[in-house]
Amino acid sequence: MAVCAFSIFAIVILIATELVSQSQMSWSKVGFKFFYKFNVDPTTNLPLFWDPVNGDFYALPFLYGTLVSSLVALLIAVPLAIGVAIFLTEMSPRFLRGPLSFITELLAAIPSVVYGLWAIFVLVPLLREHINPIFIAVFNNPTTVKLFGWTGLVGEDGLFGGVNLGLGLLAAGVILAIMILPIIASLTREVMSAVPHSQREAALALGATRWEMIRIAVLRNARIGIVGSVILGLGRALGETMAVAMVIGNAAEIHRSLLSTGHSMASVIANEFSEATSDMHRSALIEIGLALFLVTILVNGLARLLVWAVTRGTPARVN
Amino acid sequence: MGVGIEVTNLNAWYGANHTLQDINLPIPANHATALIGPSGCGKSTFVRCLNRMHETNPIARVTGSVRIGDMDIYADASPVEIRRRVGMVFQRPNPFPTMSIYDNVASGLKLNGYSNRRALDEIVERSLRNAALWDEVKDDLKKKSGASLSGGQQQRMCIARALAVDPEVLLMDEPASALDPVSTSKIEDLIFELKSQYTIVIVTHNMQQAARVAEKTGFFLNGRMVEFDSTHKIFTNPSDKRTEDYITGRFG
Repeated sequence: MAVCAFSIFAIVILIATELVSQSQMSWSKVGFKFFYKFNVDPTTNLPLFWDPVNGDFYALPFLYGTLVSSLVALLIAVPLAIGVAIFLTEMSPRFLRGPLSFITELLAAIPSVVYGLWAIFVLVPLLREHINPIFIAVFNNPTTVKLFGWTGLVGEDGLFGGVNLGLGLLAAGVILAIMILPIIASLTREVMSAVPHSQREAALALGATRWEMIRIAVLRNARIGIVGSVILGLGRALGETMAVAMVIGNAAEIHRSLLSTGHSMASVIANEFSEATSDMHRSALIEIGLALFLVTILVNGLARLLVWAVTRGTPARVN
Repeated sequence: MGVGIEVTNLNAWYGANHTLQDINLPIPANHATALIGPSGCGKSTFVRCLNRMHETNPIARVTGSVRIGDMDIYADASPVEIRRRVGMVFQRPNPFPTMSIYDNVASGLKLNGYSNRRALDEIVERSLRNAALWDEVKDDLKKKSGASLSGGQQQRMCIARALAVDPEVLLMDEPASALDPVSTSKIEDLIFELKSQYTIVIVTHNMQQAARVAEKTGFFLNGRMVEFDSTHKIFTNPSDKRTEDYITGRFG
């Protein structure tokens, strides 16, 4: 038994040392510049981040793609997940509670490549034909541009500028949102059901309506745990590979538009590792892997800590 | 000022369990009324029917009428309106742990839409003074969490929270049963003070407590009210044999 337990530590340590030693070459050549520098293409004057053929290995577009697609995912998934959790703990009739939680959690069991396929055949066309045109019409019409042009978020250079392919950062964000929804929803539900019943009664007895009760007694007491479950969802979104690789467009570029194609840290590793013939290319990919490893471990650790603090720590005294 | 309560033919159920049967009871204004009886006799259910907290349980059901002042609470108003006129203190203190002492006491007022700072400050101070807690907490009203107080202080804070919305009736469901003797006697003194301004209904299974704080006492048994009379008469010369057996300690 002890061997089994220690083998977990051993695996983590082995992964970490392997990642560090294999990325040594890239690290010693480029150093910390790996994460922010780029070259400029002399003919087109565009930034060049990642060009294995000519030997440019800078990881900024992958950081950007991971970050933006994950943020879009959180923006969509968090309100939905909190809504689901509130419905399940506070409003749903008892006989619906079981089946609904079960289905929510079942979503988490679907393999990500299946999500990816669904995204390619359903989500991407849906975005391209029906949803993106709405955003484009709202964000890029002359009145909006005139009023909000100063923000830089509207018009041709704004969040919904450029070519509408369907593929891209927005598609990746939406599919990530669907994938992290069950995690955030089920953890949030757990944290909310851990709020003692006496808290709800305290609010109701003061004359709170059901919504006021949810606000002051449930959400307020559960907020740290909710933040924890959101961060846990973020951890999943940052590391998600397959579905993202299938819809993000796989272009190592940085554009402000959510409609533009991009790349994420996980997707570039999955896409290029088998074709990485030069040592430098391989080493650079592994360094991206190392960065991803550290970030996800930190994010997950933080989230677990928060959820743990809420579900077991505090309530003892409060009853 | 408090108002009287007139309970007529009150019946209550939890699922198939008929927990209150044909309760008729006049509760006088500006007095303390104690409800005693063995565990499970329905006295807690009864007070929870007086502010419609009973029905927050989805399997619960009530029939009959309860008039508080001139309002029939099951016919004339929503539960939310009633609970703003009828305050409640629970068996175990239930402060909001993420709020400061000040915010705890002000929470009911904020639900009512109060936002005037000076008025809030004033009401919070008055409520805490009424709950005999002001001197102990005045220096860290906004610094300390409501949950950082001792159990007895928490319970007095919960009383202050209930008083802050200026209710006409104050329901107390065994308010001292989770507290030590010193805190208990503070709560009892407090009830004695408060009953001139509020109609108080207190559930207790401590008979001495009922005798100390209440003018009227009702004895509940198996979901029925056996006897309701002046506290003095109940404890010295009860008319029902079962009441006598209970207060002399033959059962319960």
